[in-house]
Amino acid sequence: MKPDTLGAATAKTANAAERKAFLVKHMVTIMFIALSLAGYILAGMTPFLFLMDIVARVSRNAFLVLSLIIPVMAGMGLNFSIVLGAMAGQAVLIFVTHWGVNGLPGILLCLVLVTPLAMFLGYLTGKLFNKTKGQEMIAGLILAFFAQGIYELIFLQFVGGIIPMNNTTLVMSSGIGIRTTVDLTGGLKYGMDWPGQLWGNDTLLRPTLPWAFLSVIAAIVVGYLLYVFVFKGKRPSPPPLIASALALGYASWWSIVQIQESTQINWIRVPFLTWIVIAALCAFILFFSKTKLGQDMRAVGQDRHVAAVAGIKVNRVRIIAIMMSMVMAGWGHIIFLQNMGAFSTYGSHEQIGLYSVAALLIGGATVSKATIGQALLGVLLFHTLFIVSPAAGRQVFGDAQVGEYFRVFVAYGVIGVTLAMHAWKTLLQNRARQEL
Amino acid sequence: MAPESVLKMTNIGKSYYGTTVLKGIDLEIKPGEIHGIVGENGAGKSTLMNILFGMSVIHSTGGFEGSIEVAGESVQIQSPEEAMALGIGMVHQEFMLLPNFTLTENIKLNREVLKPNPVSRIFGENLKSLDFDVMNKDARKALDRLHIDIEEYASVAGLPVGHMQFTEIARELDKTNLKVLVFDEPTAVLTESEADHLLQAMKEIAADGIAILFITHRLDEIITVCDNITVLRDGALVGHRTKAETDVYELAELMVGSRMAELAQSTRDLSEKKPVLELRNLNVRMPGERVRGVNLDVREGEILGIGGLAGQGKIGIANGIMGLFPSEGDVRLAGEQLPLNSPKESMARGLAYVSEDRRGVGLLLDSSIELNIVFSAAQNQNQFVRRWGPFSQLDSDTIRQHALKYIKDLDIRCTGPTQMVRRLSGGNQQKVCIARALTMNPHVLLVSEPTRGIDVGAKRIVLDTLRKLNEELGMTIVMTSSELGELRSICDRIAIVTDGKVAGILKPDDSDVNFGLLMSGQKAEKGA
Repeated sequence: MKPDTLGAATAKTANAAERKAFLVKHMVTIMFIALSLAGYILAGMTPFLFLMDIVARVSRNAFLVLSLIIPVMAGMGLNFSIVLGAMAGQAVLIFVTHWGVNGLPGILLCLVLVTPLAMFLGYLTGKLFNKTKGQEMIAGLILAFFAQGIYELIFLQFVGGIIPMNNTTLVMSSGIGIRTTVDLTGGLKYGMDWPGQLWGNDTLLRPTLPWAFLSVIAAIVVGYLLYVFVFKGKRPSPPPLIASALALGYASWWSIVQIQESTQINWIRVPFLTWIVIAALCAFILFFSKTKLGQDMRAVGQDRHVAAVAGIKVNRVRIIAIMMSMVMAGWGHIIFLQNMGAFSTYGSHEQIGLYSVAALLIGGATVSKATIGQALLGVLLFHTLFIVSPAAGRQVFGDAQVGEYFRVFVAYGVIGVTLAMHAWKTLLQNRARQEL
Repeated sequence: MAPESVLKMTNIGKSYYGTTVLKGIDLEIKPGEIHGIVGENGAGKSTLMNILFGMSVIHSTGGFEGSIEVAGESVQIQSPEEAMALGIGMVHQEFMLLPNFTLTENIKLNREVLKPNPVSRIFGENLKSLDFDVMNKDARKALDRLHIDIEEYASVAGLPVGHMQFTEIARELDKTNLKVLVFDEPTAVLTESEADHLLQAMKEIAADGIAILFITHRLDEIITVCDNITVLRDGALVGHRTKAETDVYELAELMVGSRMAELAQSTRDLSEKKPVLELRNLNVRMPGERVRGVNLDVREGEILGIGGLAGQGKIGIANGIMGLFPSEGDVRLAGEQLPLNSPKESMARGLAYVSEDRRGVGLLLDSSIELNIVFSAAQNQNQFVRRWGPFSQLDSDTIRQHALKYIKDLDIRCTGPTQMVRRLSGGNQQKVCIARALTMNPHVLLVSEPTRGIDVGAKRIVLDTLRKLNEELGMTIVMTSSELGELRSICDRIAIVTDGKVAGILKPDDSDVNFGLLMSGQKAEKGA
């Protein structure tokens, strides 16, 4: 029986090695899950406050983080230049606010107007990135600083002068330049999150959290069953049916209990239209990766040379990737700001690139691989940390500011650590290739 | 089978900036024929293939002479895409595969089977979905033709190299209009059984009526599988042979050819001399030039040549001894163990190196000639340095004199010792490299590819200089070169490196056949 025991022993060591490889691979995510949990416990927040904050933050930020996925697919790394898309979004918001188009129609107008602008910026950025192959990330970062200058020139100097704008609430009292803060209240605020506000309807596409939870679970279960039994044409079998029934049962039970007892959780409103838009973007990214253009992008992302030899127009594919990312970033920033309700004209886009990238990396993505799941998980963890760290800091150190410092340290730290880890991994892989 | 030729290249010639690299090449292949092309590095094989594929390197340097006919029609091939459209396929030497794609995705790369979807009806062709069912079936068919039984949905990463090679071939076979398939050194990376499998597959492909051009330096494989063989040497056609009328020995001789020795060959007998540099089981991880266990003795006062084909590891030996690439093994210099992986130690113990990568490793291109000459010596031996307590300063007067002496001795053509090295011609740059090595007063001088990229006159001076150093100063020289003629003209012994090992050591006056055989991995006819 010796070979058997030997086999078992090797299987054991193989398992241990696998476990270790898994831990190393998901080190960043695991660390952040632990930090978030610890922070949550230390902060001693009620589930209600936490849920209210996290629902708002995740719905406003998810679209922006998802906009980073396509350039990663095309091998262009983390697209720090989404700041330009955010600027385009802000510019459009300012003008639409000036024209006084409010609510959902205003948001739709913004989305339509930002598209060509972001495409144009994306085209120029793509051109630049094709000249700085391999250095896209640092080029994008610097490009954002450069664009900031042009943005300030336009909105501080040109508006009110070359670009006439007669609006005392938006324009500074001198008549030149946009004020440092733009307030969207009563205009575009909640334009997408709360489409019913135009008619004073409180419930339209804005259900309470229990109802939203129940409908999302129901949608997932129905979609899953349709996919398995209709689309794939499989025969009905017990396991998926039982799992569906259990999920649905639990969701109904939880929701009904919450609604029956009219807990605080019922006060939380879910921006359903925004969720649908985010889901649509996820579906599009999945669909896109299985199209010809998506396949070309994945090929270019793996090896530009091989793709070029196969006849793929590498530069063109890369430009399209950046244009798509830029348009998504423009939309994402509009969704972000309509939820915030006000923005700092010359500052609110600045951190967008860094924070979105940090969120994506926390979810376990790398410079060369990012998935939808990683993006969503990353947004969740990143914002959990944002919510709990000031409270945790106050509880532990008696000073909320310490928690604040910590979370800034974490946001920048994770980018640095992930980039270094990626470089290290690439080095190891190259060495392994040389061993061959 | 149609008797007509599927590919006919007539009187092909090509020159780069006035240097003829290819002249008067004729080539004709019939459907189902396996045609071998043999030649040393630089014989013109790759240039010929570049012309066939319309590579931009050909057209951006003034095109070529001669004519090409595919299936009886005269064609002008301007780009690789056009070559592909005409049914000419290529199995690349370096793998053109994407590791994270499946076999199917690699085989169908940029030739994916598409099906329309609602989005593509609005946004066009690019957003059509991939039809994986059909793609998998096509890939399976191509893989089955090669008798490869791995799943087409497996990812390429982690496959053995042999299977990667077959994936490349399957990609070409999947092209429906394939008429001519070029194999560029396909067996170089394969194990013996994989190579046999490949040769078998080639025969079967040919039996389906596809013409195969087989480029290799393994002569036994040529003899096993080819119907006709073309031998190139120095850009010229040496001969066409059919399989029946030739053998490995004749091919080896044709490939190497008898060249006129430029200088009188060495006839010294130095076998009594003690070895000064002993290599035992030296392994060097130099990418593309791996050394796998070299054993070699360099005798006091000799000029030892290291020859062999590109990629076989000859370049790696000197780089390993000098510590430029990670290496392991046992190296003794004058009986003493030499610590490896440390360029500083190697230089401190009396080795000097003239690198094959002149512009990359060999020179500080934007510095003056004089600084280049003294740089290594000042850095490692504190020559030309004045010390002021913890500070040191270059001694510019001595440096100037020293530089002027070498400029005169080696006849470096320049405007003066302060001229920037980048502005010098290749030959003069090489002389600066040699002057720098000599300034270190080395015990053993390692020289790699000393005549690469320099013109004939300068070559002569460089070689003369090396010989003079050897004769007058008794300096031991190890010279690595791809040019066999050059090695044979100045070396006392020549080690031929094949597959990372020393295949054999020959005298400069050994027969061409022996050199050819050793270089193509065969045993020499008779011991040297």
